Amino acid sequence: CTQKTSYRSFYFFAKDIVQLKSLWSLQFGNYLQSFKSNSFQILSHFTMQTVTLIPGDGIGPEISTAVMKIFEAAKAPIQWEERNVTAIQGPGGKWMIPPDAKESMDKNKMGLKGPLKTPIAAGHPSMNLLLRKTFDLYANVRPCMSIEGYKTPYTDVDLVTIRENTEGEYSGIEHIIVDGVVQSIKLITETASKRIAEYAFEYARNNQRTSVTAVHKANIMRMSDGLFLRKCREVAENYKDVKFREMYLDTVCLNMVQDPTQFDVLVMPNLYGDILSDLCAGLIGGLGVTPSGNIGANGVAIFESVHGTAPDIAGLDMANPTALLLSAVMMLRHMGLHAYADKIQIACFDTIKDKKVLTGDLGGKSKCSEFTGEICRRVQDME
Amino acid sequence: FSRRSLRRCPPPAKYGGRHTVTLIPGDGIGPELLSHVREVFRYSCVPVDFEVVHVNSALASQDDMDNAITAIRRNGVALKGNIETKHTLPPSVKSRNNILRTSLDLYANVMHCQSLSGVQTRHKNIDIMIIRENTEGEYSNLEHESVSGVVESLKIITRNNSLRIAEYAFKLAREKGRRRVTAVHKANIMKLGDGLFLQCCKEVASGYPDITFDSMIVDNTTMQLVSKPQQFDVMVMPNLYGNVVSNVCAGLVGGPGLVPGANYGRDYAVFETATRNTGKSIAGRNIANPTAMLLASCMMLDHLKLNDYASLIRNGVLTTMNETRVGFLLQSPLPLYAVTLIKLLCYCSVTCGSEGLEAGLACFLGSLHKVVLCVATGALLLWSAPLSGIRLTLSLRWR
Repeated sequence: CTQKTSYRSFYFFAKDIVQLKSLWSLQFGNYLQSFKSNSFQILSHFTMQTVTLIPGDGIGPEISTAVMKIFEAAKAPIQWEERNVTAIQGPGGKWMIPPDAKESMDKNKMGLKGPLKTPIAAGHPSMNLLLRKTFDLYANVRPCMSIEGYKTPYTDVDLVTIRENTEGEYSGIEHIIVDGVVQSIKLITETASKRIAEYAFEYARNNQRTSVTAVHKANIMRMSDGLFLRKCREVAENYKDVKFREMYLDTVCLNMVQDPTQFDVLVMPNLYGDILSDLCAGLIGGLGVTPSGNIGANGVAIFESVHGTAPDIAGLDMANPTALLLSAVMMLRHMGLHAYADKIQIACFDTIKDKKVLTGDLGGKSKCSEFTGEICRRVQDME
Repeated sequence: FSRRSLRRCPPPAKYGGRHTVTLIPGDGIGPELLSHVREVFRYSCVPVDFEVVHVNSALASQDDMDNAITAIRRNGVALKGNIETKHTLPPSVKSRNNILRTSLDLYANVMHCQSLSGVQTRHKNIDIMIIRENTEGEYSNLEHESVSGVVESLKIITRNNSLRIAEYAFKLAREKGRRRVTAVHKANIMKLGDGLFLQCCKEVASGYPDITFDSMIVDNTTMQLVSKPQQFDVMVMPNLYGNVVSNVCAGLVGGPGLVPGANYGRDYAVFETATRNTGKSIAGRNIANPTAMLLASCMMLDHLKLNDYASLIRNGVLTTMNETRVGFLLQSPLPLYAVTLIKLLCYCSVTCGSEGLEAGLACFLGSLHKVVLCVATGALLLWSAPLSGIRLTLSLRWR
């Protein structure tokens, strides 16, 4: 009789137990996550992290040396492993990146990349595309913050654009149906949308951001953007601490140029992300000062500068290393080394605010080495 | 089709010299803005009658849309507010605005963004004409779910439509005396689709040696627009990029309430606000800016070759806008009073010519009390045109 009662009471509480269990696992998962990142941080203060450095072409080598010098001055625990990524044709005729570069990235998980040139008639796809495919870099993150000292018509910009990087309009699937009629296919999948939405909310939570806005055009592209939106809404249910809203692409564009302060984190498919992230870069002063990071599966992350190779000023010590430097700072934050990241960022922004030592594109006349030297000096003064 | 002129013959005026124009109120702020337009037309004595066709966005049936399209086919010209598309409805229910544009083959969307002197913006001296392909591209409404969880949406670019829109752009540029046409594309990624568009633009450009042609990738374009918008003159682009760029430009010159837009086809023309906002959040609160719709109605009058009335209303609106002492009326929640002023100015222009315009403005500025205003205006008009003065005073008192 007592046995039966005990079973009955068990079933009575079973539902609650299951709910509690899921709640606990969620909580535990969160604790584990924060513990992991905290421990990562504690450990990384003592251990040297190896990062794959891809200098790139044109002004790439000079700005990479500038960044390495600044990191050395800040005594950041980063060891650089330089690799070259020129496309080689593997067995079977498929273009791929050199195997030692791939091996290095897989081992280190963190990468910093300078600008790569895309030759027009080389026969191989662009290097950025190859890297993206090799490491499955699904999220492109661009934080846009107004730089005090580099004046633009827009002040107080502080937003982050998170763009889905693998599918959407850039799937590359095009056909000529009949002569004079071309169709391009825009692909939206459930898995990719879910993945990018989850990353966006995780980013918002980890970086103390208050809201996430999904940008779409579901009134016209009902099924594709509708699917993207549905996934975002589903993921938003699990992140009640972050406010979620959805806005049409044209409304976002309209409001962005009138009042960019109303946006916080924006998540969107590929094409809208491309346009909007460049729009936001334009708000803060262009691609020469915008950092960018690509997050991939398996914990791989490549941070890059998005400007061109500027072959006309290559080798003349006139380049501006700000974009690559800010991307490196983003990398430090991603690794949890917030103290070093803050130090270098403050030094960089103070140098630009001071306006005494600025490179040509920021409105000054100094050389790249002088600009770098000034930042190193400020970093060392802060010790 | 290159031999046909750009300006189609407008639909002929009916008996009595009055035109009939289809009016589609739409949703949100559409009905109130269009009622302002009708009022201003009444006060300006414009020989246009409106045939109102209501389109209900809530119903899934197509009948009201078919009625609207038939009415536009009959009248040739329409003025419309935006019809809301609820994206929670199933994909078989297409956007009503899109159906209207594709059935009437309104292939060119023209938007002229000009900085207004009375409006405070971050960028000055903007004067950009945007010509956007209106029927195909990403808005083809061809989507399917091939495998569960994978959706494909087709973007169609055709040679005919691209040539047509490029022809339109260059002809318009030549007509307005513009020097440069920029094609906006993403042909580095969508090599076949946007590549075809760019190729068509280049082909047409070779026939217009007096106009410079260049091209720019869409992300670079948006970046240049927010830093140096003064470098652009005329821009031509496919559908989706047109949406983005026109909204960015509308934001640059002061907002969605200031810029009118027009959709031109071979036989029909539909006029609306450029950014096609429904404005659900501000509907019914008397805070919507009527400028865009009023300027769109002026474009419609130009299309009907009623240029005098068009410039009359345009002057009234722009004087209200740019005269900074009253420009606040359009920027604060008092558009009804602004429209009253516009009506007053138009009426004064009609009765007393340009002196009436200035006198009407001076009256309005001189006294803010409505009764005194009415008396002053009435007195002025009584002195110049007794009967109309009495009518105006009485009508203003009862507003």
